[in-house]
Amino acid sequence: MMNQLGKSQDIELSLGTFVTGKWYKRSYRILRKLGSGACGTVYLAERQGKQYALKLSRNGSSITTEVNVLKTFQKVQGKTLGPSLVDVDDWIQPGGGALSFYVMEYLKGKELITFIKQHGNEWIGVLVMQLLTDLEQLHDTGWVFGDLKTDNLIVTYPPARLRWIDVGGTTQIGRAIKEYTEFYDRGYWGMGSRKANPSYDLFALAMVVIQLYYPHRFEKGQDPEKTLIRKLHQVKELTAYQAILKNALYGKYNSSGAMRHDIQQVALKHPTSTTNFSRSPQVKKKFSSSAPQSRQQKNAPYRRGSKVWEGIGIGVMVGLFYMIYIVIQWL
Amino acid sequence: MNKGTIKQILLITDGCSNQGEDPAAVASLALQQGITVNVIGVLENDQTEQPEGLEEVEEISLSGGGVSQIVYAKALSQTVQMVTRQGMTQTLQGVVNQELQSILGSGKNMEELPPDQRGEVMEVVDELGETSDLQVLVLVDTSASMHSKLPTVQDSLYDLSLSLNARMGKNRFSIFSFPGKRKAIDKIVDWTPELNAIASVFPKLTSGGITPTGPALREAMNHFSKKKRVRSLITRDESAREESGY
Repeated sequence: MMNQLGKSQDIELSLGTFVTGKWYKRSYRILRKLGSGACGTVYLAERQGKQYALKLSRNGSSITTEVNVLKTFQKVQGKTLGPSLVDVDDWIQPGGGALSFYVMEYLKGKELITFIKQHGNEWIGVLVMQLLTDLEQLHDTGWVFGDLKTDNLIVTYPPARLRWIDVGGTTQIGRAIKEYTEFYDRGYWGMGSRKANPSYDLFALAMVVIQLYYPHRFEKGQDPEKTLIRKLHQVKELTAYQAILKNALYGKYNSSGAMRHDIQQVALKHPTSTTNFSRSPQVKKKFSSSAPQSRQQKNAPYRRGSKVWEGIGIGVMVGLFYMIYIVIQWL
Repeated sequence: MNKGTIKQILLITDGCSNQGEDPAAVASLALQQGITVNVIGVLENDQTEQPEGLEEVEEISLSGGGVSQIVYAKALSQTVQMVTRQGMTQTLQGVVNQELQSILGSGKNMEELPPDQRGEVMEVVDELGETSDLQVLVLVDTSASMHSKLPTVQDSLYDLSLSLNARMGKNRFSIFSFPGKRKAIDKIVDWTPELNAIASVFPKLTSGGITPTGPALREAMNHFSKKKRVRSLITRDESAREESGY
C-alpha cells in the first residue's frame, strides 16, 4: 500500500530474466530496456518468438489505471489509437516482492525529431495531420491524451505514421489532467487550466512542433507567454504554420478537426515552402547518382538507332560512289 | 459510497527536526484522526548527496499514512501536485480496501484480486479521487536553510491549486509556517478554495534557527479538528470516514 515515491521507480532487470505472470502464467524473456518514466520501466521482451513492450511498476494502481485506458481504446475501435494491449498480470519476483506489469504491442520506429531531420520538414504537416486525426477520434470517445510530448511519440514506417506510445496521462474530458510534463503543459505556461478538454492536447501538440527546433527546450522566464511567442517567431521553418500554432497555444481551436483543416490548407498551398533544409547527404547522394543512370538508360535506344542510320548512310554513300565509279569506267 | 472529505497535511521541509516531540509519533496520531501526512524533502539544486536529516521524511509519511518524496527545489512544482494526488489515491484505496474486506472477508485487498476485477475497483478509486472534496493544510518549514527555497515553494503551491482545481471535487487549502513567532506554527493563509493571493504573503516570512517539526504537526492537526467542529455545526456533510478509522 505504501508507495514511496521517494524511492527510485526504476526497476533494473538483467537481460534474459523471465517475467512470469502470477494469474495467467505467461512467460516473457527480457531483451533490453526501452525506457523508464515516473511510474514504471518499459522493457523489450519476447514470448514465442514475438517481441513485445512490457511495462513494470511497483505502483500497482498506476498500472491498473493505464490498463483501464488501453482497454477503453480497444472497446471503442481498432488498433490505430495507441499500441494494443496484450496481457496484464503480476510477477512475483524471486526475492518475493510483487510487481504489476502489462504487455503491449511493440512499435518499432524513429523518434519524431530524428525522422524530421532525416526526411525533411515537409513531413511536419503530414505527420501532425495524422496525429490530429487520431486525437479527434480520441476526443470523440470522451478522452484527452494528456501527457502529449516528443518522448511519447514515435514514427513507424514505411509508410510513415506518427503514433503515440504511452497512455499514462489519458484522462476523461472534464476531469483534471492525470499526468503531464511541464514544458508541454498549458498550466505551467500560465495559458490555461489543467482541466482535460481537446484544446489541452492541441496546446501540447503545438509545443511538440516548436520543440523540434529547440531540442533542449527553453525556460519560461519572467513572462512565460511572451517567451513562448518569441521562441515561436524565431523558428523560420515554421513561418507557414505560425498562425495555426499560435491559435493552438491560445486555445482557439475547439476541435482537432478545425486545426487539421487549417494545417491541410497550408500544406496544400506551400508544397515547397520548407525544402530540403535538412535532408541527409546520404539521401541526396542516392538521388544524384541514380538520376544520370536513368537518363543513360533512356538515351540508350536513341543512340543505338542513330548508329544504325549512320551505318546505312555510309553504306548508301559507298554504294553510290561505287556505282558512279563503274559508270565512269564503262563510259 | 459516501463521498467524504479527504484531509491531508503536506509538510515541506529540508531537514531534521531538532525540537519537541517525535514528528513520526504525531503523524500516526494524525492518521488516527483521519488526516494523512505527506512529506516533501527539498534538496538544494547543487546538493548531490542526500543529507541524513531527510531520512526522517520517509518515516513521518509512513507513520502518517501518506507518501513522501525527496526532490531538488527545481522539481518542486510537479512533485507537490504528484505527492498530493498520490496521497489521495492511497487514502481512497485504503477506504476501498476496507469496503472490500467487509464484503470479501478479512485479509482481502485490491492486490489480491485478479487484474480484471482490480481494474474495476481502480475505476471506483479514480472516480472518488476526481469527485471527493479535499482539504490540504500545507506546513512549510521556514527555518534559515529553507529561506532561499521559499519563492519556489510559493510557485509550487500556486501550481498545486491549479492542478487540484481542475478536479470536479471541491478543494480547500490553508498554509502555515513553522517555527512560529510565539506559537509552534503561524497561519499564512486561512482555508481558501484558491491560492492565487499567496504571492504577497511569502516574501514577508522571516526564518528562524530551530526546526520543531513535531509540535508544528500537532498544531496543524488541531487546526483541522477546530475546522471540523465548526463545520459540523453548520453542515452535516462529514463522511463516515472518521468513524471507520479514516
